[in-house]
Amino acid sequence: MEPSLASYLALSGILFTIGAVGVTFKRNAIGMFMCIELMLNAVNLTFVAFARYYGDVTGQLFVFMVMSVAAAEAAVGLGIIIAFFRNKESVDVDDASLMRN
Amino acid sequence: MATTVLFFIFAGIAIACAVSTVYQRNPLYSAISLVGVFLSLSGIYVTLAAPFIAAVQVLIYAGAIMVLVVFVIMLLNFDDEPGRNRLKYLYVMGIGLGVLLLGQTFYIYSAVMRVPNVAIEQTKTAGKTLSIGQGMYTEYLLPVEIVGIMLLMAIIGAVILVRRLNQPQLELVVENELEDERLEEGMLN
Repeated sequence: MEPSLASYLALSGILFTIGAVGVTFKRNAIGMFMCIELMLNAVNLTFVAFARYYGDVTGQLFVFMVMSVAAAEAAVGLGIIIAFFRNKESVDVDDASLMRN
Repeated sequence: MATTVLFFIFAGIAIACAVSTVYQRNPLYSAISLVGVFLSLSGIYVTLAAPFIAAVQVLIYAGAIMVLVVFVIMLLNFDDEPGRNRLKYLYVMGIGLGVLLLGQTFYIYSAVMRVPNVAIEQTKTAGKTLSIGQGMYTEYLLPVEIVGIMLLMAIIGAVILVRRLNQPQLELVVENELEDERLEEGMLN
């Protein structure tokens, strides 16, 4: 007996909710970044679950693409965080409210 | 039966680690909890007959991306998150968003449960590395190439973002490029 599709979707939804709530609660830029990674992973889980239940490989290919996007996002996002830390000596997103400087 | 047991074990670990990721104030503890989420999700991918995705999950997420994050946390060496006492409306908004998303999750759960159970299409090849590679280099060749270009752009963007140049150095770079152009023109002539 295998767990039903609905239970995978429920797990994915719960992980996505935790990630979304984390993005609003965290004030640390790196913490927000990690919560976004959590949300991306929740979406990946739905892709793989649907790929399994339809017997199609396309969903897994899309997971591969999402992982590449996440890697690119990590490179650029962490670059922005480092550049911001050099200017302001902090990674608190509340300090990033000005568009100049 | 074993799959169900494994699913519930890994799902429990994943949710616990995800809550810990959000709850911890120290970003390093957050990062290590997130590695737990990634590893248990990779276990769930194995129960979904996707061994390739499980391996890539461990390599890229738990390996590359989290090493990068931990590296930045160590490099910047900032303090723990201070007390959560500002921006009250954000917490109200966050809790509202959480309730909304949870409600949506349970709606989807009940809606999918009501649908008669679909028999799993037992194709032997789906999920094997061979079939993924075939799909990647035949049907989805263009998206894969676009992803390659996007990764190149991300690398260049990251290098430019963190490169520290002051004004005289920037002018020097521009002068060097102008000189190179002049040299090339000279060679052409």
